[in-house]
Amino acid sequence: MENQFKTISKTLFSLINKDEVLTVSLTGEKSQFIRLNNAKIRQTGLVNDTDINLKMISNGTTCTGSFTLSGNDSFDLGRAKSEIERMRTESSQILKDPYVTMPSESGSSHEIKRSNGLSFENAVDAIMPSIQGVDFVGILSNGRMFRGNANSLGQEHWFETESFSLDYSLVAKNHQMVKGTFAGTDWNQNNFEQYLDQSKKKLKMMELNPVKIDTGNYKTWFEPAAVSDFINMFSWNGISEASIQQGCSGFGRMRNENIKLSAKFSISEDFSLGLVPKFNSNGEVSVERVPIISSGELKNTLVSSRTASEYGQVSNYAEPSEHLRSPSMAPGELNQNDILNEIDRGLYLSNIHYLNWSDNPKGRITGLTRYACFWVESGEIVGPIDTMRFDDSFYNYFGDSLLQVGKETEFIPSTSTYGNREMGGTTCPGILADSFALTL
Amino acid sequence: MRDKINLKSLLDAVNVPADWVGIREVYESNTPRMIRDGIPVSNGHYSTHGVMVEVLVNGQFGYFGTPDISKKGIEEASNKAYFQAKAASKYALHRFTDEVRPKSAGKYSSEFEKDLRDISAKDINIMLLDACNALKVSDKIVSASSLANVIETNFHFVSSNGSDVVQDFLMLEFDLSATAVDGANQQTRTFGGMRGTCRQTGREFLDNIEILAQANKIGNQAIELLSADETPTGEMDIVIAPDQMMLQIHESIGHALEVDRILGDERNYAGWSFVKLEDFGKMQYGSKHMNITFDPTVSSEFASYAFDDGGLKAEREYLIKDGLLVRGLGGKESQVRSGLEGVANFRASSWNRAPIDRMANINLEPGESSFDEIIGSVEKGIYVESNRSWSIDDYRNKFQFGCEYGKMIENGKLTKTIKNPNYRGISNPFWNSLKMVGNGDTYGIYGTPNCGKGEPNQVIRVGHASPLCLFENIQVFGGA
Ligand SMILES: [Zn+2]
Repeated sequence: MENQFKTISKTLFSLINKDEVLTVSLTGEKSQFIRLNNAKIRQTGLVNDTDINLKMISNGTTCTGSFTLSGNDSFDLGRAKSEIERMRTESSQILKDPYVTMPSESGSSHEIKRSNGLSFENAVDAIMPSIQGVDFVGILSNGRMFRGNANSLGQEHWFETESFSLDYSLVAKNHQMVKGTFAGTDWNQNNFEQYLDQSKKKLKMMELNPVKIDTGNYKTWFEPAAVSDFINMFSWNGISEASIQQGCSGFGRMRNENIKLSAKFSISEDFSLGLVPKFNSNGEVSVERVPIISSGELKNTLVSSRTASEYGQVSNYAEPSEHLRSPSMAPGELNQNDILNEIDRGLYLSNIHYLNWSDNPKGRITGLTRYACFWVESGEIVGPIDTMRFDDSFYNYFGDSLLQVGKETEFIPSTSTYGNREMGGTTCPGILADSFALTL
Repeated sequence: MRDKINLKSLLDAVNVPADWVGIREVYESNTPRMIRDGIPVSNGHYSTHGVMVEVLVNGQFGYFGTPDISKKGIEEASNKAYFQAKAASKYALHRFTDEVRPKSAGKYSSEFEKDLRDISAKDINIMLLDACNALKVSDKIVSASSLANVIETNFHFVSSNGSDVVQDFLMLEFDLSATAVDGANQQTRTFGGMRGTCRQTGREFLDNIEILAQANKIGNQAIELLSADETPTGEMDIVIAPDQMMLQIHESIGHALEVDRILGDERNYAGWSFVKLEDFGKMQYGSKHMNITFDPTVSSEFASYAFDDGGLKAEREYLIKDGLLVRGLGGKESQVRSGLEGVANFRASSWNRAPIDRMANINLEPGESSFDEIIGSVEKGIYVESNRSWSIDDYRNKFQFGCEYGKMIENGKLTKTIKNPNYRGISNPFWNSLKMVGNGDTYGIYGTPNCGKGEPNQVIRVGHASPLCLFENIQVFGGA
């Protein structure tokens, strides 16, 4: 794959004119998917898919294009050349862009991760016998992923990794469910079976009699998986500098009215885990750690080079879409064993679902409880709750209402496979909020 | 356009002892152009091209999605798909036959008068720039954008039992957006909400005079919202415009009726459904004013087609008739699994994903009432347009929607403008509170390019058309 990328990018660089700058990037995967329902196989197959993205700067304009790499060099070069011709023609037709951002020459990188993963041939036998006897539903996504980036100024990046993710739900007879995601790079059968046993134990707790609770405000513990869903919302009309400048961000208040979150809340963009490439789609390389919010104070937004140029800011080499690529929230002091006592009376939420801004400028998010969510009384779990809708602002639960932050962080892998398999995930602890609003 | 490939001869290259083989080729290109604040921010042409080779072995399907459309590539793909299916067949959820891939042959082309692809990049840039400038009616508009995305999809499906289906789609997504800011007050107004304006259409849709008039109106409404009162909190009547009805239909009817959800396939991702298999033919889904169709035959709607991706011929069917649930959204695989009648809705997002039950065009059929009759019947309530926020639980019960723009209705008249209109409810009681349905004059055709579902994940295009509707005694509320 790397050689194909080199061949196509070098040939294209030789074709461009002196006053043109070309960036070529690659997103590819060789994947296996096994979709499961009721501990049986619903659908299964393999996908080879690699896209070449082109960005040409010429004549004061930016043109972009992409096509699927077929693997046949002469065919692919033909496609690439016709894309270059198309962009060249368009660059004389379309409007000039005063904020054209030239790629920089910030050095090259090369990283290939080899691991002892789950082979496509063995996947069915590794998983299926262990999951019998429970109502197991979910998906195995498995295989290699590739990212490349090169530009006509001489910069070259390559990143290649292999991973698996078995993302699943176990369903109890009363329709209550437990969520699990067994993910990693090296497959270990014992670790898998132990992880699954933990989920099965949790499922037993779901068989307790469900508790009906009223709408209202409750003291609430959010497991790391739930916290990561809130953090994901920061990547949508959130921490992007362009969003703030264009009046579409919940972080405008922190910038313009100097409002702070809790001193217990800190989050940064942290590439030190190495699960995603440090280079972005422009080939720019971020520093290893960009503090976003430190002890409740807004330190940095995500600034792409284009936003920097348009709004007079300094780029921290965010992606053009200015989303968090490797968020990491700092742990706090609360021990795992003390959580139920600290809740005393309130909610224990393992997962949340279907989040959306209900009042974006005020930071208000609505969504629902899902999976193992419990009512706690006198520091003990009484039973699972029925699905409830919440509607509350992150300025509350990450702000004034934040009582404690968990001592242990978890890595919540991204399981998204829209278009292609996503890399990386979110590292965060759980949090305890004094008050959280349930509305329906 | 795609490069022409002889799929039938590639089918002959498949050399595995499978009970059935199919090859589905998809070429698709998106050409988005966007101007924001007078600057071009997107001039792109993104294409994808590949095939999915699917084989049936011992009742289990296996697939291989590949961009290598050579004879050798198809041979390798079918070998690997065969191995995958065979290994999985020990644990097959259901043993299928080729009954679920019916033999079919035919063609489909999107209807249009003038070809969208004939507009030059320059002309689209200028049209969008003019629209962007027209949105900026005041200095308080801090950001304005205009977008047009031309989508071309070519689909070809052949199979060992004689199917040969060719479908060519030409589509347009169009949007205008203005964001007004005054201190902490931020308000965004768009053309139909959340990319709601999407069609199978031609150049005739892009009427310059009409676009400039819409841009001016959208800009002015964004400014109007800055000084508008907050939406009141309480239980009252709500009149919902077609560009919000579309998402109400999508989330609280469409997804709930997908038979693969009811069968549990989606429980780890999109969720289950409050509807059960035994509810079909029995459940009073909504009031007697409610008539919902699956209709892939409306020529300009976003998700019209002649065959689904399994080769089933697409026809209009009632899903809900006079409020009674009569039919689910289940393709051939779901039909044999559930024993229910269904529709031709077995669809994949592209060549690299396997088909599942999806919506296509799901429409609320017009009623009898005029706009004035509906507004005139409301003593106290709100009128809302254009979705900006949506959320619903994994059983499709508890929903909450936010809209861009609202008006109070007092004593049968539209009065002052209100900002941040939100409402929430539970699907079944909500639809049973449907009191009046607008006539054809109140009807609007919308859709969404962003319906997400499935494992691995797939995003697909759907169309929704609806008249204006009145619902009684709904919980409404404003911003924080
Ligand atoms: Zn959807």
